[in-house]
Parts: sequence; structure tokens; C-alpha cells
Amino acid sequence: MLKKALVFAVLIFFLVLPFLIRSNYLLGMLIVTGLYSIIVIGLGILMGYAGQVSFGHAAFFGLGSYTAAILATSCGWPTPAALLAAMALPGLVAALIGRPTLKLKELYLALATLAFGILVHILFNEGGEITGGPSGLAGIPYLSLGGLVFDRDIEFYYLVLAVVLLVSLAVNNLIQSRTGRALRAIRESEHAAQTAGMDTSLLKLQAFVFSAVLAGLAGGLYAFYVTFISPSPFSFHMSVQFVLMAVVGGLGTFWGPLQGSGLVVALGEALRWAVPLVIPGAGGEYQIIFFGIILVLVMIFRPAGLGSLLSPQVNQERAGRPGGREVDGGVAGG
Amino acid sequence: MDLSGQLFQLLCSGLTLGGIYALIALALVTTFNITGVLNMAQGEFLALGALLAASLCAAGASLPLAFVIAVAALALLGGLLERSAIHPARHAPGLIQIIITISLSISLRGLALLIWGTEPVALPAFSGGGPLLVLGAAVNPQSLWILGLVALAVVGLHGFFELTYTGKVFRACEINRTGARLVGINPAALSCLAFAGSGALGAAAGIFITPVTLATYDMGFLLGVKGCVAAIIGGLNSAGGAVLGGLLLGILEAFGAGLVSSGLKDALSLLVLMGVLLWRPEGLIGAVAGRKV
Amino acid sequence: MEVLLEVEGLTRYFGGVAAVKEISFQVQEAEIFALIGPNGAGKTTVFNLITGLLAPDAGSVVFEGKSLAGLKPHQIAAAGITRTFQNLQLFGNMTVLENVMAGAYLKGRTGFLKSLVTWPGSSREEKLIRREALALIDEVGLAGLAGLPAAALPFGRQRLLEIARALASGPRLVLLDEPAAGLNSAETKELAGYLKRLREEGKSMLLVEHDMETVMEVADRIMVLNSGEAIALGTPAEIQANPEVIKAYLGEDERVA
Repeated sequence: MLKKALVFAVLIFFLVLPFLIRSNYLLGMLIVTGLYSIIVIGLGILMGYAGQVSFGHAAFFGLGSYTAAILATSCGWPTPAALLAAMALPGLVAALIGRPTLKLKELYLALATLAFGILVHILFNEGGEITGGPSGLAGIPYLSLGGLVFDRDIEFYYLVLAVVLLVSLAVNNLIQSRTGRALRAIRESEHAAQTAGMDTSLLKLQAFVFSAVLAGLAGGLYAFYVTFISPSPFSFHMSVQFVLMAVVGGLGTFWGPLQGSGLVVALGEALRWAVPLVIPGAGGEYQIIFFGIILVLVMIFRPAGLGSLLSPQVNQERAGRPGGREVDGGVAGG
Repeated sequence: MDLSGQLFQLLCSGLTLGGIYALIALALVTTFNITGVLNMAQGEFLALGALLAASLCAAGASLPLAFVIAVAALALLGGLLERSAIHPARHAPGLIQIIITISLSISLRGLALLIWGTEPVALPAFSGGGPLLVLGAAVNPQSLWILGLVALAVVGLHGFFELTYTGKVFRACEINRTGARLVGINPAALSCLAFAGSGALGAAAGIFITPVTLATYDMGFLLGVKGCVAAIIGGLNSAGGAVLGGLLLGILEAFGAGLVSSGLKDALSLLVLMGVLLWRPEGLIGAVAGRKV
Repeated sequence: MEVLLEVEGLTRYFGGVAAVKEISFQVQEAEIFALIGPNGAGKTTVFNLITGLLAPDAGSVVFEGKSLAGLKPHQIAAAGITRTFQNLQLFGNMTVLENVMAGAYLKGRTGFLKSLVTWPGSSREEKLIRREALALIDEVGLAGLAGLPAAALPFGRQRLLEIARALASGPRLVLLDEPAAGLNSAETKELAGYLKRLREEGKSMLLVEHDMETVMEVADRIMVLNSGEAIALGTPAEIQANPEVIKAYLGEDERVA
């Protein structure tokens, strides 16, 4: 259950935060963290409830970005329409990929999304004039909603805050609803869920498509925030970071995606600063070593996520089943 | 060169590429059947093995010595990784295991970047002399070495599983893990051995291709993914299927790159993977891999 | 009386061995039909075949005149057949109430999108399902435990919760896989009484049970399976008098009354 007072307190904290930090660098980090947390909320539904993993969410993020950017520049669409398309296209693609693969073992969706992610990244790079190739697309307009143009960081910050709040509340509704019970039931026992009348393939597909739509939304917003996009933020490594954010924050928790995104973004920044001090001359994406190791450790010791450290109730709830769900039990024997 | 010669040339480079994919797929399938884990870090074993051997050679070691040391080191690394990261999560769902192997892959790649940087390194060809002229095509002798390694690996693995006691134990474990435990076989030790073997085979494959492709810190990622493609084409459960899948993929890529566009070579194999997963996830070759219930 | 379920020539092989071989039987409306037999006789396999978790190699299952061939488990549940599991398959981290409400999934209509915009518990549908689930929880004897996680219940209570969950969608036929296993004798008696009450209300049940006392007490008809084949079919009295049954099964079982 969600404590309303806590939600309000956190909301007020984030409402006044820009006035406390007075730093464009930190404000930019907060905006990016907020955008990532939108993706991670969706990924959390997919991983924590439907029991599936995607290593291609950076591609959905990128598809959203490029869709919004191309439609708003070359095609001259109004920015809100381009943003809607940025949500629709990844959702559609996810439906196509997810339908056959979700019926199979976890492995197959992981592989299909991984391949899809790399493929899309190649397409961004090789897309010629349409995607601008490795140098990307510039001159993306600011988002304008009914006369209000989001052309300053502070305005965009409040927009992202509102979107994160709305998405969080919607997902909170979802997990306590009939559909959410079904998603949780699938995680606990897929066979029992099926024989209770739940179309588990469809529910997993819906969770997957929903997560892709959220990634597309974040991507569209990202394009309108930075107004210049290139393929590099949509690489496979970013997909891994999204998975890391989801599990570090804690799967199946309300606060997990926010905590996870914040922690990983902060860690990335800290490493960017610290590693060259320790290992002079280190260049490139060396942070990924640490992200990888942290991910392995979390998966081994706390598959339910570090967020469960912070909310004892959930921690206790998960304690009995570190390995996650049982699948085969009910069918053997006879 | 006439058209048939050109096609034969493409076939040869396809078989060379495919041989590498086959080696990776072979290691993946063997490990998967024994442990149930698809080791997404297999490609990194190739990169680390090749980079290590190149450094040893550069430091004055002879190629055979560098080969032996690198293979042994990667066997050790494979075993260590299994003990430290795979074994603790052996009862976890597949979801968690695949996240772990992918994380290992990116960590190893980052490590290679830190140690060796982004510059490609080279190894000398195993045998001197220029390309061999076969049917109007110039065949790099190193290709023959690679195909030889594939053949050796297939024969070696086959012999190991069919003829030696440990091999039979492995197969028993593949067929029935609980049953194997009941007759006193320790699946944990086999799992460790499988990863050590994967490390050794990966290092060997990496060293064999380096004279052709050079070695870089990030060479392993796409190789690993393509090995996966080959293994999945082969149905993920048979060594024969994996080898055939690897060779097919290599030929397809070579022809795709030669006749269409080299920039899309990597995209092609990913499209194949997507196609197979979406259309025939049980694999194109061999029996059904996924248990239904 | 009308035939509700018609199983005809049901056959399933596992690696060349017939787990279930040409089994045929019918379950009438408001009947408790029991499948008994030694371990490995194929009883649970029959359940898995009827509920669609396994596909038969031969034979047919017809429910209310409609063939279930090729239907997925959730479609078979929607047709009106639910089940419990021999080794419990509760949603352990969900509360007792949530388990039963999840069991009532088929009663609801709220889909994914609508779930996103509906405040938890505010819809009429949700309130109705909650009220009915609470009533069912009381009925099976779990009153006062609705808020506990299912995994925290003692074993016997978990069995009852599985039954409540199977009943929650209002099925016409319930498949009960060893509902009395692990229950003490008082709980078993309670369970038998409850099953008979359900029959009076018109529910049909297909029962797999090792506790012969319970089977003989509640079952209208019994089919005996041995190594996947049916060796006898009849009323409890007939089965108890059947020499082949005694030889194949009852003779080895000390629990027979």
C-alpha cells in the first residue's frame, strides 16, 4: 500500500528542489533521471510482474526519440502529435516482437530484444539522411503544448516531474487492479494463473508493449529536451543500465524505479569523475565494468533489488523466495 | 576473377567466418545443455584469449607458448567466473541467470578496454606463405587452420562425450540432472568444468582468428551474439546443429556482405536471429528445443 | 441427469510410455466423480489433459457439448472448468483475499488500459469481486485470515484456500487434486462436508484423492486407474467389492476402510 503522506512529502521535495540546488548541471541530471525512471517504471512491470527481461529498451527509447525528432523536423508535425507517435511506434514494434517470443522461455525475449536493440542501433547509424547517421539529428524544436513552450530547463523539469508522477500513479493503480493481480499471479505460478482463466501470454505481451510505450514517451521527451540526438545514448550499454536501474531500485516496488534511476545516474557521474583519478588515461565506457559487476552482485544476493532494503515490508515479503517464481511444479507427476 | 571464382571466394570466407561462429555456438550449446545457462559472455573469452596471446607474443613469447598460456588462463577464468557468479545463482530463474551472463560480458569487455585500450593488436599467421589458389579463389591459409580447429573441436567433444568416463557423466547430467545427482555425480563440478572448457575453446578460437581479423577489446560482443544466433538456428540442443548453424550463418553473412553491402553485415545476422526467434523459435535444424510444459 | 464432461479415449505418452491410455468417463451435473489409483497411475495427468496444461496424443474432452480440443488453459477455465493442484500452486506473496480475487479473474472485465486509470478498489466491479471473495473465504473456513499472505497460512489452510480460489470464478466443474492431503482428520471431515454441500448447490467435481475414507464418503462414482489404464468404474460399494481393484490397488493400501 502506498502511503499518501509520503508521496506528498516527496512531491513537495521535488517541487522545491530546483530552488535549493540552483545548478543547471544538477537540474539536467534530475531531468535525465526522471526520463530514465519513466523507462524503468515500465521495465519494472515487465521484469517484476511479468517475469520477463528486455535488453532492448534503449532501442525503444531511441525509436521514440528518433520518431519525435524526425516527425517534428522533416515532417513538420506539431510537437505533441510527434510525441504521441513516439509512444505509438515502439508499442507497435514491441507487439510484433513480443507476440511470438513471450510464449517461450524467458531466454527468448531476452535474446530477441538484445538482437533488436543492436539492430536498431545499427539502423540509427546507417540510416543515412533519415537518421543523420552517426552525427545524428539537430534542430529539433522545443515541445510546445497549447502556447506553452518548454524551452528552459526549469520548465522541462516540472514537465518531467508531472509525467513521472502521472505514470507512477497509473502504474500504482495497475498493480492493485484486476490486471495487476493477474500479473502478480503469473509471477507466482504461471500454471495456476492459466487455470484461473488468465491469458498469460496476452498479459505478458501487454506488459511488454506498455513498457515499450513508456520508453518511447521518455525518448520523445528526451528529443524535445536536448533538441539534438545521435545514436550513442541508445546503445546496448544503455539497455543494460536500464535493467540495472530496475533491479537496483527493487522490482515490484513503487519507489524502486526512482531510486534505481537516481542511484545509477549518480554512480555513473561519480565514476566518470573518480576513475580517471585512480587509473590515469582510462577512457571510454569503463563505467560499464562497475555496472556489470554491481548487476551480477545484485542478481546473486538480492534479486528483489536493493530497494527492498529501504522498505522492510516488501523485503520480508520477498524473503521466502529469493529465486523468484516456480514454474514446473504443478504438472509433473500423475 | 570470374563470377564462379568470386562466388567460391565468398564461400571460403563464409566458411571461415562460419567456423568461428560454429566454435562459439559449440561452446554455448555444450554449456547450455549441462548447466541450463546460455553464456552470453562466451564472445569475451575469444577477445580476452586473443588479446592476452598477442601481449605475450609482443613480450617475446613464441606463438605456441602464448597459445598454451592464454588457453590455460581463459580456462581458469571460465572456471572462476562459474564459481563466483554462475554457481551462486544456479537455482535462480533463467531471467536472473541471463542477466548475470550479460553483466559478466560487459564487465569483461570493460576490463579488456582498461587493460588493452582501443587499439587493435595482431598475431602472426600460423603458417607462412601467401594465399593458396583454389579453383580460382585466393584462400587464406589461416582459414584452413580455423576450419581445422572446428573439426578438431567437433571430433574432440564427440570423443570426449562418447568415449571418456567424464564425458559420459556429462551426458548423464544433460539427460537428467536429478538422476545424475542420485548416482553420485556432482553437477556443480560439471558446471565449473563446462565453463572452464568454454573459456579454453573460446581462447583458442580467438587466437585462431586474430591473424585474419586482428583483436580488439570489443570484438567479443558481436561474435558472442552471432554464436547465439548459430546455436539458436541449430535448436540450442545439438552440437551438430550448432556447427551447421554457424557455417550457414557465416556463408550467409559473407554473401550478404559481398553481394549487397558490407555495412549491413552485422544487421543481417541479427535479422536472421529475429527471424528465427519470431518464426521458428525451436530452431531451423533438429528437434524441438523448448519443453512445452 | 445431464452429462457435463465427457472424456473419450484420452491418451498421453511420455517418452514412449503411456501415462494415460484410452481413458473414458463422464461426469454428470452435480456429481462428485473420483479418480483413484496408486501413485503414477496417471490421475494428475488426466487433470493436466482436461485443463489444457498438456495436450493429449489421442482422445477427446467434451464439456457441455463443446469440444475442448486445442483450447488453451485459460480458455478452458473460461468454459467453466477450474482446478486445484496436488503440490500447492498458491500465489504465495499475495494475500488470502488477493488469491481468491485473482481466482475470480474471469468475473471481471477491467482490462490493462482501464486498470491504469481506475483508482484501486473504486470500481463497482472491484467492490463486487471483493465482497464475493470475502464471502467465499468465510465459507471455506478461512474467516479472519483474508489479510495474511497465502504463504503464511498453515498447510491445511492453504489447501482450503486453493479450493476457494478454484471456486471463485463460479465454475461448473472443479478438479480437485488430493484436497485432503496433509489435512488432519477433523479438517478432512470438514472438507468432506463442504464438498457435499457444494454438490447440493449443483457443482460438479472431479476428485483425485488418496484418502479412501473421504472418497468412499463423498464420491458418487469412482474410476480406478492403474498404470494409466482404467480397471474399474462404479459406485463406492461396487468398487470396494471389485476383486480386480482389491488386487491391483486396495490390497496394497493400509488406509482402506
